[in-house]
Amino acid sequence: MLCVVLSLLLMVLDHRYTYVEGIRSTLSAVVYPIRFLVDLPVEGGRWLSETLATRSRLLAENKALRRENLMLRSRFQKFASLSQENRRLRALLDSAQRVGERVLLADLMAADLEPGRQQIVLDKGSRDGVYPGQPLVDDNGVMGQIRHVGPFSSTALLLTDPAHAIPVQVNRTGLRAIAAGTGEGLLKVDYVPVSADIREGDQLISSGLGGRFPAGYPVAVVTAVSRDTGEAYARIVARPNARLQLAQHVLLVWPEVKPDHVDALTLGEKSR
Amino acid sequence: MNHLQRHQGGWAIALSLFVALLLAAMPMPDWAASWRPEWVAMVLIYWCMAMPGRVGIWTGWMLGLVLDVLQGGLLGQHSIGLSLVAFITLGLHKRLRVSPLLQQALAVALMLVLYRLIWLWIGVVTGQQAERSLVWLPALSSMLLWPWLFILLRDLRRRASVR
Repeated sequence: MLCVVLSLLLMVLDHRYTYVEGIRSTLSAVVYPIRFLVDLPVEGGRWLSETLATRSRLLAENKALRRENLMLRSRFQKFASLSQENRRLRALLDSAQRVGERVLLADLMAADLEPGRQQIVLDKGSRDGVYPGQPLVDDNGVMGQIRHVGPFSSTALLLTDPAHAIPVQVNRTGLRAIAAGTGEGLLKVDYVPVSADIREGDQLISSGLGGRFPAGYPVAVVTAVSRDTGEAYARIVARPNARLQLAQHVLLVWPEVKPDHVDALTLGEKSR
Repeated sequence: MNHLQRHQGGWAIALSLFVALLLAAMPMPDWAASWRPEWVAMVLIYWCMAMPGRVGIWTGWMLGLVLDVLQGGLLGQHSIGLSLVAFITLGLHKRLRVSPLLQQALAVALMLVLYRLIWLWIGVVTGQQAERSLVWLPALSSMLLWPWLFILLRDLRRRASVR
């Protein structure tokens, strides 16, 4: 009976407030060996396939990478001059300067989490400066945000989790909206009026409102819009840009304006 | 001295629970993940049944807490179900021990359905879970695996002479 009461108390504290984050962080260090052991065979297999790769395949890969590097470098030259120009124009307009964002590469740990939820485990924790609510991107777009941080590992919530929502903007028109997860690999865009100008194929980017996600990262592409005149809002479905299921490495981003107090998961998550 | 003699083979209990936690976090392909047996709950039920003096409600509660952190859920979401499962098993352990394996498996499946239902209900109420999860698939696979697990753990208990 005492256990039930204690469980209920813990759940309320964990759901409504952030007092028990310390307990979770401590316990997370306890469960790290389990995560490590589970991850070991997967990591070992990856290492083995890398070690035993044939020479010709390595040469081919090397060649392809060198070509890609060259292309990226040439594009980056242009980018440098553009960013200079941008800075000058911003100075002319007297608007706030954008500082470069700091990023850190993190590896995914193989571990299955709660069924029905969209979460991943990363091998970076508070030791590396990771904080709850930190945005997560891959090479294609926003992936999600950090939810719980332990000393050596952390748990992240993906965009498609039913408890996740992100402020977005339609790239073509600048229309702002909220994209929430459905739990099934897709996003739904809530509270967009039936008359709004949004159509299939529109790119959604992060709007930066709320100060949690940096602005301008690609989030999702609209795949279906259905307008029912009887309802106030259009029903919009979008597919995330980031390859949420296939990623092995992710980038942790420190946005230029870090919210001064991070009360875990009140901004980015749906408040109920 | 007497105390030392009474408690023996605790490592076997700890080891089996640890392996159960490993199995609970093991990556599985998507189609199989919804069939994942409730390893932790099954091992807990076994030890509650065999060693009611040593493994009980608090063990279940602590185990649930570890499982919550491991799986990134709400703290207490697994604890409440696991301590209830331990409570029921402790109440029934004399009858369960002597009943045939099939009947045991059925009782285990029922307890696991209850455990998952509580877990799912909390998930839905707090808005962290889509309502479509199938609760009875893990219970079914656990039921099919129970006789083997029972025999395995019984051998382990005898070899380690857990008392």
